[in-house]
Amino acid sequence: MAAPDTSWSPAGDIARAVSGGETSAAAVIETALKRISTRDKALNSFTAVTAERARARAQQIDAHIAKGQKAGPLAGVPFAVKNLFDVSGLATLAGSKINRAHAPAKNDSPLIERLEAAGAVLVGALNMGEYAYDFTGENVHDGPSRNPHDTSRMTGGSSGGSGSAVAGGLVPLALGSDTNGSIRVPSSLCGVFGLKPTYGRLPRNGTFPFVASLDHLGPFARNVHDVALAYDAMQGYDGEDAACVERAPDSVAPQIARSADGLRIAVAGGYFRKGAFPEAIEAVERLAKALNIKREIEIPEAARARAAAYVITATEGAALHLERLRTQARDFDPAVRDRLIAGAMIPSIAVVQAQKFRRWYRARVLELFKDVDAIIAPSTPCTAPSLGQQTFMLDGVELPVRPNLGLYTQPISFIGLPVAAVPVPLKPLPIGVQIIAAPWREDVALRIAFALEKTGAVAAPRPAE
Amino acid sequence: MAHDPLDDFIAAAARALDLPVEDAWKGAVKANLQATLAHAKLVAEFELPDDAEPAPVFRA
Repeated sequence: MAAPDTSWSPAGDIARAVSGGETSAAAVIETALKRISTRDKALNSFTAVTAERARARAQQIDAHIAKGQKAGPLAGVPFAVKNLFDVSGLATLAGSKINRAHAPAKNDSPLIERLEAAGAVLVGALNMGEYAYDFTGENVHDGPSRNPHDTSRMTGGSSGGSGSAVAGGLVPLALGSDTNGSIRVPSSLCGVFGLKPTYGRLPRNGTFPFVASLDHLGPFARNVHDVALAYDAMQGYDGEDAACVERAPDSVAPQIARSADGLRIAVAGGYFRKGAFPEAIEAVERLAKALNIKREIEIPEAARARAAAYVITATEGAALHLERLRTQARDFDPAVRDRLIAGAMIPSIAVVQAQKFRRWYRARVLELFKDVDAIIAPSTPCTAPSLGQQTFMLDGVELPVRPNLGLYTQPISFIGLPVAAVPVPLKPLPIGVQIIAAPWREDVALRIAFALEKTGAVAAPRPAE
Repeated sequence: MAHDPLDDFIAAAARALDLPVEDAWKGAVKANLQATLAHAKLVAEFELPDDAEPAPVFRA
């Protein structure tokens, strides 16, 4: 069977074509593997390619279809995962040198199992910032993942390989993690869609943690429907993750085409305008115009929320890595090590105060959702900085890039709100906007994203090569 | 240059926690500590009632 070029095909289209016999899973996977072997030389988004496994899985899917069996809503769709997900047979690197000495994972993480149960085919593991403490996508051990729109620029992080692989047409679907913005920042800089679901929605067992009270997992894709398909395939309780909430799955793919008319949407003002570069302001204004949003609201104490998330991250992260800092400090990325060492020295009272503030802030923000269904805000203050760039100017102050690309994402994940990150195809570089909904209302965020996609206001631009 | 008590704190904390902090790392560790303490100060300045509960609540 001829192998069509599926490198920029939506996952949903690939699954339909495979299920309908127009192409085979084997042909799709060969195309993806070839694409990875050529284009990833420039992008450096993969740290492992599971070609043998992928070919075997594709053959199984084709055999199912030949027998007239259903192959699932993601039949034959290639996908890859940030290398903090357990992949059977691979050490779970989490972007580190230290974890290379770990034994290979015995099992796949539950989210990989769920995507494969829906017919998707894992093709590899993706580059990331060390131990996910990163917003740049740079990695001293593996080299930086590179932005497909300009390979001299950052992908954003820490799920940098996930953003790069999807934006670069290597896979239509990838998984990442988001503790403070690590799905939303690379979605923004690479110009793709991402979903950070509600905290507790998707199980995190079988992944290397960072900050247990803030860690989320979620998908990247090039259109809203693909995000919804992947998200639906991954929903469901798993008691092995203490934070996973026992809640019935809420399939969103059938809901996204419902109109966004009637939804009450506001633009976040105050903190979310301060420090934004003109392109971030323009992106939000474009979406406000497309959605005819007239209302601006202020998320109360967002700066303090970001500060509290910063403190919790530094200290929980340090607690996780303390023994490795004692015994293998020289094996860390210095930029990560020095932040973690500092985090270990923060007085415990600061953490308790941050956690108390967190509950106060959650209550105030939930009050806002009595009057609005969604809030839009920039994902990042700027488009992709250059690789190696150390500082940028935010509101007239020179600040380090690494911790500050997540300026606008941190106050949102701090209280676990679901966010659809949508790309605005500005020239020469895209930039993302967050569509923030109330807890458990991923459907609202994705309905708005889909409505915007239909107008053309948001889209994943195809990079020139 | 004036003596900075934060340098003493870093040295003492490193000893107490058994953390190796090489001379070459001290500047970056200090800069990160200053940034995190500044964030902690911003949080601490916010008045909360005595009965405010932390976000994670243990349930038996």
